[in-house]
Amino acid sequence: MALFQSVFAMLYQFGDTFAFLVISCAGLAVIFGMMGVINLAHGEFIMCGAYVTASAARGGLPLPLAILTGALVAGAVGMVVERLVIRHLYQRPLDSIIATWGISLIATQGVLIVLGSTMQGIGTPLGSIDVGGRSYSLYRLVLMACALGLLGGLYLLFYHSRFGVIARATIQKPQMAYALGVNTGRMYGLTFGLGAALAGLAGGLYAPTMTMVPTMGATFIVESFVTVVVGGADIFVGAAPAAAILALIKAGLTAWYGQLFGQIGLLVTVILVIRILPGGLSGWLKGTTR
Amino acid sequence: MTISKTSSGSRARTFLTRLEGPQTMGRGPAFWIAVTVAAAAAAAYPLIADAWTVGNAAYFLIWTFMAMGLSVIWGYAGVLSFGQTAFFGLAGYAYGVITLNLGAAYGLTILALVLAVVIGGLFALVIGYFMFYGRIQGVFIGIVTLSVTLVLETFMAQTAGPQWRIGEARLNGFNGMSGMPPLTLPWFGGDIVLYPGPSLYYLLLGLVVVSYLGLRIMLNSRFGNVLVAIRENPHRVAMLGYDVRLYQTLAFAIGGAFAALSGALYTAWGQYITPSSMGLTSAALPIVWVAVGGRRDITATLIGTIIVLAGFQMLTIYGSQYALIVMGGLLLVTVLVAPQGLVVGAMTLLGRIFRRGKS
Repeated sequence: MALFQSVFAMLYQFGDTFAFLVISCAGLAVIFGMMGVINLAHGEFIMCGAYVTASAARGGLPLPLAILTGALVAGAVGMVVERLVIRHLYQRPLDSIIATWGISLIATQGVLIVLGSTMQGIGTPLGSIDVGGRSYSLYRLVLMACALGLLGGLYLLFYHSRFGVIARATIQKPQMAYALGVNTGRMYGLTFGLGAALAGLAGGLYAPTMTMVPTMGATFIVESFVTVVVGGADIFVGAAPAAAILALIKAGLTAWYGQLFGQIGLLVTVILVIRILPGGLSGWLKGTTR
Repeated sequence: MTISKTSSGSRARTFLTRLEGPQTMGRGPAFWIAVTVAAAAAAAYPLIADAWTVGNAAYFLIWTFMAMGLSVIWGYAGVLSFGQTAFFGLAGYAYGVITLNLGAAYGLTILALVLAVVIGGLFALVIGYFMFYGRIQGVFIGIVTLSVTLVLETFMAQTAGPQWRIGEARLNGFNGMSGMPPLTLPWFGGDIVLYPGPSLYYLLLGLVVVSYLGLRIMLNSRFGNVLVAIRENPHRVAMLGYDVRLYQTLAFAIGGAFAALSGALYTAWGQYITPSSMGLTSAALPIVWVAVGGRRDITATLIGTIIVLAGFQMLTIYGSQYALIVMGGLLLVTVLVAPQGLVVGAMTLLGRIFRRGKS
């Protein structure tokens, strides 16, 4: 029984980290993998989703609907940002990083000025379950299921829907897709909007577990960047296995040596991975199957 | 004998002619007269301003080293680093730890400054080795460098406990270190302690002038030409037989060392250093200065940095909370409207008007 307990604790820790990495990096990975744009305002889209979710939930909307609202609002904001700023910078990827950073500074400080330094959060729903004398948050188990559902949903969207086919065609050969009658500008807008909506979803899902402050996006940003760097450009072959590996490393190190070593372990992994596998996991996996 | 004399003389002359060249803006007597006037005006500044204002001006000068280093990495070598603050912070902490352990006598603070710069530069060399020899490129370098500085911040912020000490120096976690001695010059009849004021200002001004001229020579030399060539077309440079990775790593280390110089001087100036100097907001600052000024020219970077710093200080008088919004807005406007930088745009315009007036 003691063995089962510690195995369950390990699995829970692993699943929790895995879910966090997958959910927080999905939006970034979609925008980067599909458009080659690194979105440094990723954390601020997450913050946007979380704030809208919390406001809607306190306004009386049931939590799942509130989370959906948060994702949709973040997605809409993302499409506006793409239209106004990102669209002009597709030929200059470094400049698009700078521009999104500018957006991130404006958003963080703007929210701080308008809404104040903190916002009333919403409590974690669903309570907890008891496994072998220790209690575990049920909501976090739901989050793990959400992470798996998210991966499945994205897979269906990109590989088994008309939108996915057109989106991938636009990414691989924009001129060809354009010649075949695809409105490539609209596709870029929609893809960026999807990425922003996924970030908003991450914010909504984690809103009940976090303190609502304007800088909350920063807590997601390092982990999501690390996952995307290790994973490489493809979200399914790259980001998902990267999240699993990183979660294993982080959960293990955190369990044995504490939070800090978990973080340092992540950084060391990243530096080693970029030295050994410059294309990330997805580049390596695709390279060996070819 | 005479032959060797002329050759060493001509070598010195070639060395000096590299002050002007294709990689730096500004040439001819008019430009150098303007530079001399600017330097003389800066040197005369403490005569007309009070000590506090001069100490404040010294604070501006401290940051210019980090900006010039970023200009070398980003503008000339074409590698966008978000993590200059990592080298800044590391050197700041190094200066603190070394001086708190060694004390300020016998000019040991100068040794601490040099050591801090070396430590920062070596750290940049290691990070650069892993990045460039791992052949990561473009946007990924930005992410890796940003992650490095953010993790260093997290690490330093949790060193609050008494077990986190190096010799005499407690790291003090989130509150940062303080109480280290300022720079001290050993001198006949008593040490000169460089508190923020005219004496520190003159030291920094001298360092800025030397760094600026030195960087101009370096950028117009073969090394600088290869860097710019790598920025324009790395494949062609590799085909011509240059080791692109080596040049990029060296440029990154040089830029890191300049950031480290800023960090160590900053700690000596304010006698404190905190983990937030490596945080997200701090990391954005050098990018703003260099982007707004014009990253592809060292002169524009220098002018832009001082203008932006002075502008922000004026802004914070009216409301510090809006400073970050203006900063983000400046970044957006620069990137969308004048990607080569506002100061570069102004300088090109001036040059055009000047030439038209001549002809």
